[in-house]
Amino acid sequence: MNSARTPTDWKGTAMQARIRRRYRSERAFKLAGLAAVILSAAFLAFLLVTMAWNGAGGFTRTEVALKLDFPAMALPVTPTQLRSPAADLALSGAGLKNAVETAGEGWVSDSAWMKVRDAIKADPSMLGRSQVIWLPASPAVEAEMRGGPDAGLEVHVLQSRGLVRTGFNLDFLTASNSTDPTAAGIWGALKGSLLTMLVTFLIAFPVGVLSAIYLEEYAARNRWTDLIEVSINNLAAVPSIIFGLLGLAVFLGTFSLFGHTIGPLFPRSAAVVGGLTLALMIMPVIVIASRNAIKAVPPSIRDAAYAVGASRVQVVFHHVLPLALPGILTGTIIGMARALGETAPLLLIGMRAFIVTPPEGFTDPSTVLPVQIFLWSDEVSRGFIEKTSAAIIVLLVFLLAMNGLAIYLRNKFETRW
Amino acid sequence: MNAFALLFLIAGLGLIGWLTGRARAVRFDRGARGRVNSLPSQHGWYVALWTLLPALLFVAVWSAVSPGLIRQAVLEHPAAAKLSDFAFERDAVIDEAGRVAADPRASAFNPIAAELAPAVREARSRYGWMGGGTAMLLAFAGGAFAFSRLSVDFRARTRVERWVMLILLLASLIAILTTIGIFLSLLWESLRFFSAVSPVELLFGTHWSPQVIDPKHPGASLGAVPLFWGTFFIGAVIAMIVAIPFGLMSAIYLTQYAPARVRAWMKPMLEILAGVPTVVYGYFAALTVAPAVRNLAVALGDTYASSESALAAGLVMGVMIIPFVSSMADDAIAAVPTAMRDGSLAMGATTSETIGRVLIPAALPGVVAGVLLAVSRAIGETMIVVMAASGAANVTLNPFESATTVTKQIVDLLTGEAEFDSPKTLAAFALGLTLFVITLLLNIFALRVVKKYREAYE
Amino acid sequence: MTDRVPSSPKMSARGVNVSYGGTPAIQDVSIDIDMENVTAFIGPSGCGKSTFLRTLNRMNDTIPSAKVTGDITLDGEDIYSAAMDVVQLRARVGMVFQKPNPFPKSIFENVAYGPRIHGLAASRPDMEAIVERSLKRAGLWDEVKDRLSDSGTALSGGQQQRLCIARAIAVDPEVILMDEPCSALDPIATAKIEELIHELRGRYAIVVVTHNMQQAARVSQRTAFFHLGQLVEYGATDDIFTNPRQERTKDYITGRYG
Repeated sequence: MNSARTPTDWKGTAMQARIRRRYRSERAFKLAGLAAVILSAAFLAFLLVTMAWNGAGGFTRTEVALKLDFPAMALPVTPTQLRSPAADLALSGAGLKNAVETAGEGWVSDSAWMKVRDAIKADPSMLGRSQVIWLPASPAVEAEMRGGPDAGLEVHVLQSRGLVRTGFNLDFLTASNSTDPTAAGIWGALKGSLLTMLVTFLIAFPVGVLSAIYLEEYAARNRWTDLIEVSINNLAAVPSIIFGLLGLAVFLGTFSLFGHTIGPLFPRSAAVVGGLTLALMIMPVIVIASRNAIKAVPPSIRDAAYAVGASRVQVVFHHVLPLALPGILTGTIIGMARALGETAPLLLIGMRAFIVTPPEGFTDPSTVLPVQIFLWSDEVSRGFIEKTSAAIIVLLVFLLAMNGLAIYLRNKFETRW
Repeated sequence: MNAFALLFLIAGLGLIGWLTGRARAVRFDRGARGRVNSLPSQHGWYVALWTLLPALLFVAVWSAVSPGLIRQAVLEHPAAAKLSDFAFERDAVIDEAGRVAADPRASAFNPIAAELAPAVREARSRYGWMGGGTAMLLAFAGGAFAFSRLSVDFRARTRVERWVMLILLLASLIAILTTIGIFLSLLWESLRFFSAVSPVELLFGTHWSPQVIDPKHPGASLGAVPLFWGTFFIGAVIAMIVAIPFGLMSAIYLTQYAPARVRAWMKPMLEILAGVPTVVYGYFAALTVAPAVRNLAVALGDTYASSESALAAGLVMGVMIIPFVSSMADDAIAAVPTAMRDGSLAMGATTSETIGRVLIPAALPGVVAGVLLAVSRAIGETMIVVMAASGAANVTLNPFESATTVTKQIVDLLTGEAEFDSPKTLAAFALGLTLFVITLLLNIFALRVVKKYREAYE
Repeated sequence: MTDRVPSSPKMSARGVNVSYGGTPAIQDVSIDIDMENVTAFIGPSGCGKSTFLRTLNRMNDTIPSAKVTGDITLDGEDIYSAAMDVVQLRARVGMVFQKPNPFPKSIFENVAYGPRIHGLAASRPDMEAIVERSLKRAGLWDEVKDRLSDSGTALSGGQQQRLCIARAIAVDPEVILMDEPCSALDPIATAKIEELIHELRGRYAIVVVTHNMQQAARVSQRTAFFHLGQLVEYGATDDIFTNPRQERTKDYITGRYG
């Protein structure tokens, strides 16, 4: 024991100044942390507000009341033709499109004549009189109604006469893609997404859960299980675009095996190919989540079941799996949400076709919502900006609902033992 | 035969097998013992599994083999003699014939394809019925065999459990098969590419312009160094400059400072930020951020600033990665024992001193591994760069200039109108292979660090 | 050595209550801690002795739900007043924990950590002197002087705990709180720590929490017996162990419960 103790002079000015400095940097550091969190939150808010701002217009539509003098148009169609399945063809062949465009004088959208066509089919007697029909307004009128530049059409005059109205655009949710932004809708893409998700779920969920059970409950610790484990962990971090290349090569049959191409297994652009590709992508997510959920079931429950003479399969399927199910479902929902928002692999396997009719089955050409957003974002027409943002809102609503459900499930069933 | 109808029929047979097996077991004479080895439902499962599995296995094998048989049959068609000797061209025509055969509305571009289409259709139908019939026969035979074995002493349970184990094993093998599949498919297509272009040219060439390819020397315009640089610059530099400080500081604030109520709100919010699809970030980058960055560049005096700058894509990518970095850092900091934190606080250290001098150094391996995983995610990210970055391959240090990435080029190469087997499209697979290998190495390394680090504190 | 009762205590607590989220853990504890003395807190597990120890350097601040009322003073200053700086308080009242918790740094850096954050060393030789002096006082110097750059976590359990003590005394504290410092150690390491406590006694006020009565009898001059969150009896160690005034103390010491 050397040197006498020299008490630290905590009250000295130098030490006090030092402590004040330390507290200043403490405050600064804490503020920096808070700022990081707030800025992240602000970014999310900014993103959502931008999308909502741009997208609100996508859900509304301006319509113009147009008086159409059908006898003056003198459309060469017969009532028999109108009742036949070829009515669409007959009406467009009769020059209805030009007639409506002439009557509309730039007020109505390019696709307005289809509305007229449908109205005529519903009520053929219309052709004998003149009739006022509400038709979607042209983008220029739409823009002026929203306070945009003056279209030179004196919109306010018509507006004061009650001949222009703006309302909720139900067609956006029920129509499919179109080159005309005022007529484009998301139903085709949404249906494609639903079909794709169904395939993804049917493949990824059973295979993912079953392999998790194998790895946790059956597999002996050896090199093979290590290999499976490492592959699964790494698959979870492989870029999604690589799965697109895999889907392209394997499912679309350009993969050459033993020197010759094995022909397309599936049609291009089909929901079944997209679903399979995404299933491979999210399977590791489901496996990892399921394994963690199974691991969390305490061994005492297994012991108790074995002690009353249950077999291994019975222990797993009667006790472990039901207890692990909330965790498994949470992981599955998160994986499915990821698949629903995925774009890049689907672009590669060709689910970017211009789809006017919603797909009827798993092998029909289809597209999905994120790809639709991507395709619309490329369009030059101003009207598609609104449509893109509106489609993003629909997609985000789905994803928020799914993520919210996952967070709720996790909080509700978190560790009961 | 339609694949779905076939699967449906096999499933139906399986259900019948389950019902009959169970019904038979219910009627067994239990004798004096009153106990049997297996429950009736286990007998049912035994029959059902024997009905389903051989048939399904056959369907799986058949669907892999039959395309080759169909192809063979088509090549024997007289019109096939007119096919070109070049494998690339021949395959393209056969593919087209297959498409035409599948879709009656489609019309063939190549006349030979139109001639071959009926042959393809006929062969498909023949082999389809052949396979379907065999599968049904197998299902029936398997079920009958299993049914005949049932008896009161039959150990259905043990056998069913063995089958279940086999099914579980198969399921987990799919994961490993996927990895192998990815690697093989990428490797195979890349080898075809490398037969025309040397790997050295691709990996070390500095000129990238796939739009103009000299057919005699395709490698001259397929040098990927500018792509690698752009990927690194956008994903590993700009994005990380945004993501690391924000992600790390958020994690520190949420774990060390935030009151429980704030944490309960902020963590789900960060998860939502992580759940926003990349196409939305991409749209946001292209619509809002890129013009703003360009205006900034012009205001700073760079009048030729690109509206598809590296900075815009990198910034948005960084924001996208923030929640990922934050959650990795959160895990790493949470793994440091509280005793360390208490030890430092008990010495009179302030919280920030404790974080900076004890917690972060102790959590560093975990944080670094998290950053590596974040980099691997950033360089594999596609939609943001597809929508906001440029296709022009520049090697530049100026963030306001345009740069392109590997993923962007893969998408551009494969969504163009070029035929499938040209060096241009095959280059996408070679790029994919490079990307796969790089991200795989990053992941393996990072996961190993994380694992070691966790063990150190357990 | 005889007990020397100084005129004013180093730390004193009056009517201290501690509760965790409304559940009381400590009720109405009053006690004086003297300089150059070892005070032992004994009692059955869960009796609140560690909780009370943590109030003495405000380590309870790190638990959001903990609430402390009553007065605790250090040299007459209220340590829970707004004027008291917790950073200075903890530098003056050091702490050694139940499980050795060296930082994952070198041995040198572990000891230098406190002087560095508090700015106690003017230069590198100064810092080396502090580290050497602290390690010597902790009786660890001879064992580690040739490998100061090795990681602190590479030492044995007993060495780690002495490193933690060296770390605590490197900032020249006035009081050292030890929370069951030997409970994770083997008997030989325990004997070394006890010897060390004995040697350190002359310079600091030391408070040791222990569940081991023999240890309390061996190292302390004064002993406080806690039971169910209350201070049952406090006095000279010899008195407590040979002639307890309270029935509960007697029962505990004779092994009727605990």
